[in-house]
Amino acid sequence: MAEKKYRVVHYLNQFFAQIGGEAEANIPPLIKEGAVGPGIPLQQSLGEGGKIVATMVCGDTYFAENIETAVEKVVEFVSPYKPDVFVAGPAFTAGRYGIACGASCAAVSKKLGIPVVTAMYEENPALDLYRKEVYIIPSANSVRGMREIIPKMAGFVRKLGLGQEIGFPQEDGYFPRGIRVNQFVGRTGAERAIDMLLFKLRGEPFQTEYSMPTFERIPAGPPIKDLRSATIALVTSGGIVPWGNPDRVEAASASKFAEYNISEVDDLTADAYQTCHGGYDPVYANDDPDRVLPLDAMRVLEKDGTIGKLHDLYYVTVGNATSVANSQKFGKAIAEKLKAADVDGVILTST
Amino acid sequence: MHLELGIIKIKDVQFGEEAVIKDGVLYVNKNELIALALQDDRLSEADVELARPGEEVRIIPVKDVIEPRVKVSGSGELFPGVIGKMETVGSGRTNVLRGAAIVTVGQIIGFQEGLIDMSGPGSQYSPFSQTNNVALILHPIDGLNPYAHEQAVRLAGLRAAAYLGKACKDMAPDELEVYELSAVTDTTLPRIAYVYPMLSEGLLHDTYLYGADVKKILPTLIHPNEVMDGAIVSGNCVSACDKHTTYHHLNNPVIKELYRRHGRDLNFIGVVTTSENITMAEKERAADHASKLVKFIGAEGAIITEEGFGNPDTDLMMLCKRTEAYGVKTVMITDEYAGRDGSSQSLADAVPQADAVVSVGNANEVIILPTMKHIIGDLKPAEVIAGGFVGCVTAGGGLNVEIQSIMGATCQLGFGKLTARGY
Repeated sequence: MAEKKYRVVHYLNQFFAQIGGEAEANIPPLIKEGAVGPGIPLQQSLGEGGKIVATMVCGDTYFAENIETAVEKVVEFVSPYKPDVFVAGPAFTAGRYGIACGASCAAVSKKLGIPVVTAMYEENPALDLYRKEVYIIPSANSVRGMREIIPKMAGFVRKLGLGQEIGFPQEDGYFPRGIRVNQFVGRTGAERAIDMLLFKLRGEPFQTEYSMPTFERIPAGPPIKDLRSATIALVTSGGIVPWGNPDRVEAASASKFAEYNISEVDDLTADAYQTCHGGYDPVYANDDPDRVLPLDAMRVLEKDGTIGKLHDLYYVTVGNATSVANSQKFGKAIAEKLKAADVDGVILTST
Repeated sequence: MHLELGIIKIKDVQFGEEAVIKDGVLYVNKNELIALALQDDRLSEADVELARPGEEVRIIPVKDVIEPRVKVSGSGELFPGVIGKMETVGSGRTNVLRGAAIVTVGQIIGFQEGLIDMSGPGSQYSPFSQTNNVALILHPIDGLNPYAHEQAVRLAGLRAAAYLGKACKDMAPDELEVYELSAVTDTTLPRIAYVYPMLSEGLLHDTYLYGADVKKILPTLIHPNEVMDGAIVSGNCVSACDKHTTYHHLNNPVIKELYRRHGRDLNFIGVVTTSENITMAEKERAADHASKLVKFIGAEGAIITEEGFGNPDTDLMMLCKRTEAYGVKTVMITDEYAGRDGSSQSLADAVPQADAVVSVGNANEVIILPTMKHIIGDLKPAEVIAGGFVGCVTAGGGLNVEIQSIMGATCQLGFGKLTARGY
């Protein structure tokens, strides 16, 4: 049975589209029928099944300086060709070109729902910008690697065009996108751990199943000049909420934070407040919620003039099993609210 | 130490006149089990239900799972220092009802209890979907404080396991598992220790070693047979997915695998038990002493497991860093909290020395669990347990939850075959 036919649109910069070098880098987006430049060997490599129906071209400088317009035009021009796959590059080490490839792919994928792939060198700055949204195949660091990368790109385009499932990065040869997916494997964790240890002890290569993340380090803000006139807010990941948890903040893996007014409250009592946190012994926190959110102590400091004022609102979420990505999102949103309210300092309490 | 586990295979559980095993069927007398539970006057009400693999049954909220056993010979009793007299275990014969389990259920104590589905997609995540379960549903007297409630339920489960275990005391086992740390003559085999941290953060986060509250111990060297013979008892429900139930401790897969390869690929030299406490000083003390013991017994490599997540990630990383600093190579087993879409970083702490890690899965992954014909316990806590959320119970009684709510789904002893991979 003949293989299913699929349509491909290819993205190139002005140089690879054979329009010109840096002098032509300002040309706005345009689209050409059929394959051009590296599209020609790509078409050969695709064979009968896939057809490059058009080539999208844009100058690198134009793209970099007008990224939003450029991306819109790409989507607008590509859409009428109704491709099954959108492929860009390879961009090798070219930074602006890499970004154009990544941004075009991301936009086409998002707006048109078409599978996309590009290729670039591992140190191309576009890699980290787009790897989560776009399949990116590792290429060599210069155009000399063209001959080698084209068949790899063609293989990937073909898989996408035929609607075949894309496997893990090691299997299908793309940069890991950083999406963790569960899978049952043939051996238990204990068996795998002991195998790995024996490899490590023998000095033989082994593959860790999770590479350590690098944590975002936040530099401390400048010191508060005069605490006596400062507004201080309380923020906690310890789950202290009004009794009954009115906003239903989750016990674990929180999807939200909540904001409560404490302007009329001097002391958090067991009948009015509780913790909704599912990750620590709640007994002491429920006995006296001030132990986690020290409102009573803050009122003393406010009264004796150590601080100017305690902010009328406090913010709360649950840190238990809440992903770092969600925590960062909450942190940014809370910080914006505090900033808008002219809060000078924050006491963050954890558990 | 020479330990023989006499395995009696259980393929079904039924109510009967007395606790007895016939042709692989465990018969239990409901009233006797209830009376045994209610010996503790802190419990006001008890019930017993049975759940078998493949049935459309959901058990929730589950606190602990225990394998019924009995000491036949050798020193000590089942769960020494807790319900058995205090004497070192790990030698002689212990008979085991393999394929049966006591499951303690009932009014929720904390948020960290879990569920077991006996069929459907959830059943592939829990080892207790494959056991013939005797569910003890236990209710506390009014006004009982959470600490006493937890203890009463924990002890009731252990007593029930010992009571059912007695039924097989005189039986000839179907097979024998023998554990003996024989001397290794091949000196080229690497000397490997197992570092065994146990959660010890307070209510519902405690573990007991010979009855000693683990949050008060210094890291201790023990013989692996002691673990396999009941020295460690769970008093905790971290998230259901990555707590070690008493069943997990009794069947620790790292110890089993190290034994299997002992004398062939490696030289298993001992188990260093340690705590996972809450303060920095306690964490440092535990990591210092545990890593020192690993070095002291001459290990060249160490497997480090974890219980819980978040805060204990720090214990795990401290253990790794200090053990590696002694020149001992480490591999760690951990689960991940990468968010429901899998795109977040997975751990709360990390050190560069942690270059060899086994992942047992992303606990945040969401699973849709169908409606079950019968609920043992109460479905309502599904919305408040770790891994559940408001609206996670569907109109028909199905569940839309993170796998962290499933008992043992991402057990960091490496009990299961789940992993997470980066796409």
